[in-house]
Amino acid sequence: MKAIITMLMLTLLLPACSLSPIQPWERDLLAKPSMALVPDEMDNALDEHIYFSKEGSLGGQGVGGGGCGCN
Amino acid sequence: MQLKKPANKQAKSTNFTSISGKLTLATCTLLQVTGQTAQASDDWDIQSALMIYSESDGRVSAIEPIVSAKKEIAEDEIVNVKLVLDSLTGATPNGAHASSAVQTFTNPSGNKSYTVQPGDNPLDDTFLDTRVALSGSWEMPILDNRSRIIYGANVSKEFDYMSLGASATFMRDYNNRNTTLSYALGVNADSIDPSGGIPTPFANMRAAGSGTNREGSGDSKSITDFMFGVTQVISRKTLMQFNLGFSNTSGYMNDPYKVITVIDPLTGLPTSSFTDPDDLPYVYENRPDSRSRQTFYWKTVHHLTEDVINVSYRYYTDDWDVSSHTVDFHYRYELSDGAYLQPHIRYYTQSAAEFYTHSLDFGETVEYASADYRLGELTTTTLGLKYAMPMGDNSEFSVRAEMINQSSNTVGTLVGDQLVQELAPDLDAVIFQVGYSFRW
Repeated sequence: MKAIITMLMLTLLLPACSLSPIQPWERDLLAKPSMALVPDEMDNALDEHIYFSKEGSLGGQGVGGGGCGCN
Repeated sequence: MQLKKPANKQAKSTNFTSISGKLTLATCTLLQVTGQTAQASDDWDIQSALMIYSESDGRVSAIEPIVSAKKEIAEDEIVNVKLVLDSLTGATPNGAHASSAVQTFTNPSGNKSYTVQPGDNPLDDTFLDTRVALSGSWEMPILDNRSRIIYGANVSKEFDYMSLGASATFMRDYNNRNTTLSYALGVNADSIDPSGGIPTPFANMRAAGSGTNREGSGDSKSITDFMFGVTQVISRKTLMQFNLGFSNTSGYMNDPYKVITVIDPLTGLPTSSFTDPDDLPYVYENRPDSRSRQTFYWKTVHHLTEDVINVSYRYYTDDWDVSSHTVDFHYRYELSDGAYLQPHIRYYTQSAAEFYTHSLDFGETVEYASADYRLGELTTTTLGLKYAMPMGDNSEFSVRAEMINQSSNTVGTLVGDQLVQELAPDLDAVIFQVGYSFRW
């Protein structure tokens, strides 16, 4: 739990970092499909289901999703 | 993070350092936004894939077609529907461990037996299942142009399992759209009606045809998830995401098809001390009826000169004492004409649940126990490679292959015959997948 609280603090502090804001006309690279957080949605969905059924952990990327009798 | 697609999907990483370059790009961006405002697309973006998953040693094989359709029905309003079919066959570990003795088990319905030879990992080869899962989401602006909400729903059905779920994710942009905060809530209601019914915890597996130790026909569990996330644009080339997840599950979490070997504490062999000869030396597992999980997830996407690195780390912990670390790495290597190669490496390691055990001693009483290897100490390593190429203006063909190795460690103190048996066998699996996406 300590680790989670530490990470919560880091997460909350992140937006406060003095990063120079990227302007709309500087988003050419960020707008590319390959720069999406999940660029391969099919692969990601299939992999998540495999690892959910083969390991003891789950979650991280989002909430909900299809339950399964496999685990 | 809402990012508009560029007009040209294969936009090159031109470095706009000059004033004229910036003005040109700003003009293009404005024109692009105007164009998108004027029209919601009439087309559906379709993504489809067929995955074949195969484990070594005759264990589980799966064929899994998946199709997803996405459409912008109004300005910034997107619907997405996804259908998955999952057809599984093969053999799956029943929880008992290998032994020098021939072992006889009863199938879940209680009317047939199967035999496992000395030294072999006990597998139930009656495993057969088909799963259908349908999910949908609806994203729309809310409050103002800096906020949006995504409603989601999913239903999944197997012959012995049903899952219903709903979720809502609220996202708001700050800092000139360089920071996005996300708040997500999900609920799931699952029900299970296992073949043969719900086994009585710690009751013996019975010899075939001698009745079954069951306490009901079905049970249920509910899951509540909450997630808080921050997505931050770090630079023109770097995007970072942090998520914190909290999940609570309550209800039936046993695997009704898993047993635990009851051993003679001196020899390590399955005990022969049960007085009723129809009581086999295997008892059904029992897990707590609540589980609280927390996750921390970090992802960074970084654009190199042409290529893109996508790397993530997840820390997971729960009150069953399972904790894990996952590192996932994709490197998108751009080829000519929009094609790319993408190596993938994933490393996962977890600690065992506090009640995980390979066996119980005859006469031993515990509150909870499971020999499900997925709750044991294990490491998963994945190596993969994907190749994708455009097929015309708005379509793409891809193929990928992955190799998965899962190695488990023994836990606790082993005795007698257990010391010479493979109690934690490795698992090897391969994935082969073809995909095709197009606009329709």
